[in-house]
Amino acid sequence: MTSTKPSSAEKSTESAPAAALHAGTSDPRTLILNNLRQSGIFVALVVIVALFAFLTDGLSLSPGNITNIVLQYSYILVLAIGMVIVIIGGHIDLSVGSVVALTGAVSAVVVIRQGQPWWVGVLAALAVGLAVGAWHGFWVAYVGIPAFIVTLAGMLLFRGLTLRVLDNISLSPFPTEYNQIAAGFLNGLLGGDGFDAFTLLIGGIAVAGYVVSCFRTRVARIRYQQPVESFVLFVARMALVGGVVMWFAWQLAHARGLPIVLIILAALVLVYGLLTRRTVFGRQVYAIGGNLSAAMLSGVKVRTVNFWIFVNMGFLSAVAGIIFSSRSNGAQPAAGNMFELDAIAAAFIGGAAVTGGVGTVVGAMVGGLIMAVMSNGMQIMGVDQSMQSVVKGLVLLVAVAFDVYNKRRAAGASR
Amino acid sequence: MDDYILEMRRITKTFPGVAALQDVELAVRRGEIHAICGENGAGKSTLMKVLSGVYPSGSYEGEIRFDGAPVDFRGIRDSESRGIVIIHQELALVPYLSIAENIFLGNERRGRSGLIDWNRTNAEAAELLASVGLHENPVTPVVQLGVGKQQLVEIAKALSKKVKLLILDEPTAALNDVDSAHLLDLMRRLREQGITCIMISHKLNEITSIADSTTVLRDGRTVERLDVTAGEVTQERIIRGMVGRDLNSFYPDRVCAPGEEVLRIEDWTVRHPTQDRLVVDGASLDVRAGEVVGIAGLMGAGRTELAMSVFGRSYGRDISGRLYMHGKEIRARTVAEAISNGIAYATEDRKRFGLNLIDNIRSNVSSAGLRRLARFGWVDDNEETRVAETSRRDMNIKAPSVMSVVGKLSGGNQQKVVLSKWLFTDPDVLILDEPTRGIDVGAKYEIYTIVNRLVADGKAVIIISSELPELLGMCDRIYTLSAGRITGVVPVGEATQEKLMELMAKDKEPVG
Repeated sequence: MTSTKPSSAEKSTESAPAAALHAGTSDPRTLILNNLRQSGIFVALVVIVALFAFLTDGLSLSPGNITNIVLQYSYILVLAIGMVIVIIGGHIDLSVGSVVALTGAVSAVVVIRQGQPWWVGVLAALAVGLAVGAWHGFWVAYVGIPAFIVTLAGMLLFRGLTLRVLDNISLSPFPTEYNQIAAGFLNGLLGGDGFDAFTLLIGGIAVAGYVVSCFRTRVARIRYQQPVESFVLFVARMALVGGVVMWFAWQLAHARGLPIVLIILAALVLVYGLLTRRTVFGRQVYAIGGNLSAAMLSGVKVRTVNFWIFVNMGFLSAVAGIIFSSRSNGAQPAAGNMFELDAIAAAFIGGAAVTGGVGTVVGAMVGGLIMAVMSNGMQIMGVDQSMQSVVKGLVLLVAVAFDVYNKRRAAGASR
Repeated sequence: MDDYILEMRRITKTFPGVAALQDVELAVRRGEIHAICGENGAGKSTLMKVLSGVYPSGSYEGEIRFDGAPVDFRGIRDSESRGIVIIHQELALVPYLSIAENIFLGNERRGRSGLIDWNRTNAEAAELLASVGLHENPVTPVVQLGVGKQQLVEIAKALSKKVKLLILDEPTAALNDVDSAHLLDLMRRLREQGITCIMISHKLNEITSIADSTTVLRDGRTVERLDVTAGEVTQERIIRGMVGRDLNSFYPDRVCAPGEEVLRIEDWTVRHPTQDRLVVDGASLDVRAGEVVGIAGLMGAGRTELAMSVFGRSYGRDISGRLYMHGKEIRARTVAEAISNGIAYATEDRKRFGLNLIDNIRSNVSSAGLRRLARFGWVDDNEETRVAETSRRDMNIKAPSVMSVVGKLSGGNQQKVVLSKWLFTDPDVLILDEPTRGIDVGAKYEIYTIVNRLVADGKAVIIISSELPELLGMCDRIYTLSAGRITGVVPVGEATQEKLMELMAKDKEPVG
């Protein structure tokens, strides 16, 4: 058959970068309303951060505590990345807590009991994670059993295997190198007086990269005659994001420097953010979750995609397992208990839909951060564990209720 | 002085930013069948929602008089208690409950103890079924009935509520000719029993044959009220009211100039996925470049099954037979293989099988040909936007932008998105399964024009349709299918509806 590549876009007469300065809408009302679903969650995060800053007399925003939040919740955020993809595809994964435990346990056995180098433990954990993912993927994609059942079985199965691998006892401690994964910092590489210049540099590079990429997107959109925000608003958005990132880097630089986990997390968010939005695989995940039959009849290899969704979840569970075991400096039989629920909650608070087809990695990250800031804030305030659980449950409920309300309103407006 | 059972006066309903209804007038005489017609988006459904109380009194302006008194319904229960029952296009039956349970759902027949009186429930259900001419056991689960019979169950359910005014939204849209005729007969009988009917329909031949009067809506306004019984109301007359202009013809003209053979199917046999019977039995057909070939057949004849099994074996099992593209035998064992061989199939049920309704136009248009936009697995989203914009312009898809959510578009525009999606895969042969089902006259004409443009570009098109006039108007040759077998192929010049019906009804005993 013939394959005709669509001809490239017509070049607009005005040079694109110059046009970028002028074109666009600046009506903030339109922009906010159009992005209510997305912006709503950011607003919620800001409100919650402000609330706890107030309630803890600013303690929650101290450099040390911000570092703590990153270290404490990184593994939940890693899980939430995989979970939101699973949920977009129309599935669920209840097993990730057990897989975190199993991968950590295998790593601990290899490194602590058998005395292998730290990286052998990391590779072993990743291999186990991939194998677990392939196991789930096989049953979900090729046998056709609902993921709820498969991963519920997996939750029991892999918890049991964890106990066997560990012979029912905890293993610790890891060698220093392994411990550095979660507890390590990149600090003092470039010096600085009372703060870490390297952290600021990385922050600066991140901001610059963000601005450049946004600008290029903007120019491309204008060249393709797509609507963009006004230039003033664009600059304001860049300044806001840049300000927040640099403030965050500043705080880290005044504590212990740049945590290694943060680098891992940032890389994962970047890669998976692009993977979901910009790759054929990512788009097919949305298609499957949105309408399975239509995806199938559009030539999407549904089984293959479903399989890899779970392999990926297994991989990220292993990453979380490594970080968690490293942070707790050992492996415990009960590790990772209930992590799946935190990860699922993060995805849903972040705007994912129970029915599939909707959700974003960034949303899940914000959702996870909302939970993290709340838990951390309540810990600082000395709120009882039981109350923390009550509050988290209510927040999940309110977040999804808000989402449902929003959708109904949107549906009503369009009749 | 006419006796009006229902008068809706100066109904205005606005949604944020849009006036869905503007001073609409509707008057329905007691005991008549009144048709409401209008293009999609003309406000028919909104008007019925106002009438049935889905939009409660106070959320619209205007006055409703029912049975001689002003009414203000606050919900469906209010309107049903007065005897107004609406049957929606998407049937609202619970699949795994029995016919009787469905009929009395929310209105259960209880004994003195407060428990359900099953004898009474089933006996009354049996009576109601008899009155609508449905010969089924009331304890049969609804899931075992076809769409036509489910429709009758809905009507029986309405009758159980002592209905005075029955509203049917597109009642025959999903029915084949036999079931449609049966339903229309039933409506006539209900009229004799004094039940007033409002019927929303796109099928103008039904309106002219059954309705006593009709109200035409356009863009949320009443255009006119026509008395069908007074005669002189032709389909063309109604169309003129609906679209506000004369359509020269239902079907745009086209020069038939078939070229080389594109697709040939030989000895195609397909077994039902779960039951032990053949749904397609030794079917052979071919289609040439620049040619439109029709497939006619009654419901259950195996039309969709034939098309879907050809399209990457997406239906059935034990499929045997040969496929040739441009004279060379091909393998199309998966949808992806079928697409890469230049076959496209636009489904009869676009909402369930054709579109991702929660996603935007852009994603839907690119979904079948995404790899064309990708390099090493990365999608060029600007190019994707451009492709979608081009489709929006060429197909005249009415939407504010390509980022609009497809679920909010009208049926005709959704169908154009489906066509755009398949055209982007650059197929050599397009199989269009009921391409104009549930879309209005104006959009139908546009779809026909698009099809003609495609064949002029040298594509081959296969149209599967339940509407024989559509096949006669669009195709160059028509195959008839009966019980999975090809029973004939008729050049359009020799074809008449009667001749096709005869071939479609031939050999109706199940095979295999």
